[in-house]
Formats: sequence, structure tokens, C-alpha cells
Amino acid sequence: MTPVLLDLERKQETLFIRLKGELDLGSADHLRNAIEQALDREPVRNLVINLAGVSFIDSSGLGVLLGRYKRVSKNGGRVMLVSPQPQVRRILELSGLFRIMDELASESEAMVN
Amino acid sequence: MKYINQMKLEFLSIPANVAFARVTVAAFASQLDFTLSDLEEIKVAVSEAVGNSIIHGYENHPDKKIRIQAALTTDSLELRIEDDGKGIKDIKKALEPAFSTDSERLGLGFVFMQSFMDSFQVDSTPGQGTKVIMSKRVGSGTAPLKPEQ
Repeated sequence: MTPVLLDLERKQETLFIRLKGELDLGSADHLRNAIEQALDREPVRNLVINLAGVSFIDSSGLGVLLGRYKRVSKNGGRVMLVSPQPQVRRILELSGLFRIMDELASESEAMVN
Repeated sequence: MKYINQMKLEFLSIPANVAFARVTVAAFASQLDFTLSDLEEIKVAVSEAVGNSIIHGYENHPDKKIRIQAALTTDSLELRIEDDGKGIKDIKKALEPAFSTDSERLGLGFVFMQSFMDSFQVDSTPGQGTKVIMSKRVGSGTAPLKPEQ
């Protein structure tokens, strides 16, 4: 498995997901399951995914983000992506995910929004 | 074409080997004067090709083999990534952006390979496997962003 670390924190209606590692086919299942379990346990409206610690993403990683977007957006929720590294940001941009997810410079912006 | 270096890898079709493959190919490619951004692009292209072999070619069977051949000329990396999986029936359709057989995937694997490498070709025979042949030149620059595909 490709190592990926998750730190989850719920603040009111929002789940903060802080990721560290590489998001690819080797880490996708673990990541998907961990977020799904957290959402099953304590449903929230919005997701804030902090990507500052993510050094690589490919279409498998993008798929995990898209799948979670589909889940929260059904209930009117939003997905916000925080501080992607340049090489990760480029992939997100090319994928078009920024058309449906917001990019934030810091987690604190999520609470303001 | 005169090669200054060549290598071959063969590994099992398990997800953990996606990272192994891209890191190995990037380390090999770094013998040339590729920029860090070039190496990142090569990593994404390798990840996508190997991921496709595992998910689509072998339908997640973990006991199959994926082969990579890489060669360096003085100014380019040539890559060949192949599997003996089920193959692609309609390559033209598979190459369309946003075509995916899985709702949680974006169908961007081939788009990334095409965008990030200077040449890209896919050969496949249903029932016999798929071969992706790609190359990237040193100093060819970063691929332009085409977000609205």
C-alpha cells in the first residue's frame, strides 16, 4: 500500500481531513474507506481536505475526491481543497475538479465561508 | 537510435507497485537533465499506465505481471508499459476524455499520459493485452494546461 496518513477533525458541520503522503491506486481504498467511515459515524455537511502534505496525486486519487464530493453534494454540502502543492494543484486544475470544489489558501477560510 | 541506458522491470499487478513503478522510472529518467516538473509528469504518466493495467487490464487480479521497458537517448526517455490482460476493445473510445467504466473515476488516465508525454501510442488486442508506448524529450517544456477537456 502507498502510505497515506489521515487526520480527521469535526468542527460543527464540517469535517476537516488533513492528508499526508501520496494519493494513487495504492492508497485510494484506505483513504476512501476512512473518509466514508467518518461520514457514516458522524454525518457532516461540508468537507475541507487539506492537501498541503500531499506530494503526488493521479487519477485514482482524484477519483476518491470526486466520490466524496458526490456524497456530500447530494445534501447540499461543499468540498473545499486547502493548499495543494504546485504539482498536485496542476493535476487538480487539469482534471477540472476546481469547477466543482473550492480552493482555499488556509483552513481558517473554510470557517469564514 | 542509440541508447545510452536501458532497463526492464517486471512486477505483480498489485496497487502498491504503482508507486514503485513511477519512482523507479523517475529515478532512471533523472540520469538525463529533466526538470523536477518533467519528472513529476513522467511519474503521473507511469502511474496512470500501470493503474490502467491493474484495474482494467487485469481487473484487479493481483497475480498477473506488468512489464516496463525504459530507454534513454542523450535527450529523451522512451517507455513501454505492457500487460497481458483483457485488452481494450475500442481504443478510440477509451482515449476520449471523461470516458470511464467506473463512476468514481474520471477517465483522465490517457488524457494525462497524452498531455504529459511528447509522444503517446496505445496498442491493444482484446484478450491479449495492452501496450502503451510513450516518450518525453528533455527541454520540451511543461505541458500546457487544458482544464476544459
